[in-house]
Amino acid sequence: MSKLKIFTKGFFAENAVFVMLLGLCPTLGTTTSALNGLGMGLATTFVLVMSNVAVSLVKNLIPDKVRIPAFIVIIATFVTIVELSMQAYLPDLYAVLGLFIPLIVVNCIILGRAEAFASKNNALDSAIDGLGMGLGFAMALTMLGSIREILGSGSIFNMKIYQGDGALVFVLAPGAFIVLGYLIALVTKLTKKA
Amino acid sequence: MASKTKSTFVNMVVVLFVISALASTALAFVYQATKEPIAKAKLEIKKKAIAQVVPEFDTSYNPIENMFKIALAEGDSLECYPTKKGGDFSGYAIKANTNKGFAGEFWIMVGFTPDGKIYNTAVLEHHETPGLGDKMQKSKSNWSEQFTNLDVPNIKDIDGDGILIEVKKDQGTVDAITAATISSRAFCDACERAYTAFKKIKK
Repeated sequence: MSKLKIFTKGFFAENAVFVMLLGLCPTLGTTTSALNGLGMGLATTFVLVMSNVAVSLVKNLIPDKVRIPAFIVIIATFVTIVELSMQAYLPDLYAVLGLFIPLIVVNCIILGRAEAFASKNNALDSAIDGLGMGLGFAMALTMLGSIREILGSGSIFNMKIYQGDGALVFVLAPGAFIVLGYLIALVTKLTKKA
Repeated sequence: MASKTKSTFVNMVVVLFVISALASTALAFVYQATKEPIAKAKLEIKKKAIAQVVPEFDTSYNPIENMFKIALAEGDSLECYPTKKGGDFSGYAIKANTNKGFAGEFWIMVGFTPDGKIYNTAVLEHHETPGLGDKMQKSKSNWSEQFTNLDVPNIKDIDGDGILIEVKKDQGTVDAITAATISSRAFCDACERAYTAFKKIKK
């Protein structure tokens, strides 16, 4: 597989949210606004790249039967590093995203990529895969967050675009399911080979 | 390419041990390195909050160094940061918590002028629902403006339960946040706790 293809498959062909339906808990929970979705997506991307590289470097040292706990420890370590550094050096961003950072550990995209890709490929390919998958995830979360923010709060990236509060249901969990359902249908229609 | 490590008992134990040891060492380093900046960032947030919630004060009298604790009940006390202007106490910033939040405990800073009015409020840390309960933050909506200059001693206690700061649903005077009555109630509860503490200073 070419490097470009490894990178681009995360956006549509194998998009974590729209196609593989992985990591739906943070997807539904954090996308109340475009900014929250984008921040969560980027934090996930960072952890995904780091853990993919680390896993691909040690893949031959780890016995098969204990690979899952080993991967989880690696992932949790990177997440904690992200959380502590963000709290120390970017307190403003931490105030917005702090609630969601620990959730990255249990995001199955990260373990999924470690298991399905990084444990079978070299470090460079794994980094590219992590970056593509992560940015694809960030893109999906931002789209979902934007639509929910426009419909639910009448604004986008905290900028008011029409008067009033919008339909509250889109900020709540049911709205997340409704919007995600329509988005998946749309993406499937657009990308389906005739 | 090196061959894969076999899944023997010894191999598994050794590998897991080494990975955990490396991970904890790395985290210990990061923790050490970020400990001070984190404490600094938190202090900065506190300082900013104090400056927001009380009237302008003389910086020669440091409210953080002169912090004292007010006990509300056994094992339950609030931190109070007094400020002075021209030699007299000009305000009291009280860090109040409540455990009635929708997602557990949260902390706000409530500032009082010496006559018992709330000068202003600021949210320090919370876990309320993004998009709903977090509207109590100044950056998200103007909801908390109704607490600015709230004349607490002159609020009429309609239902006679001794609680002055309440949402309208509880016969109080505060408009609750739409769809976040629990968060609004908790915010009122924290203010009420701060006011209870404030009355104890005055005694």
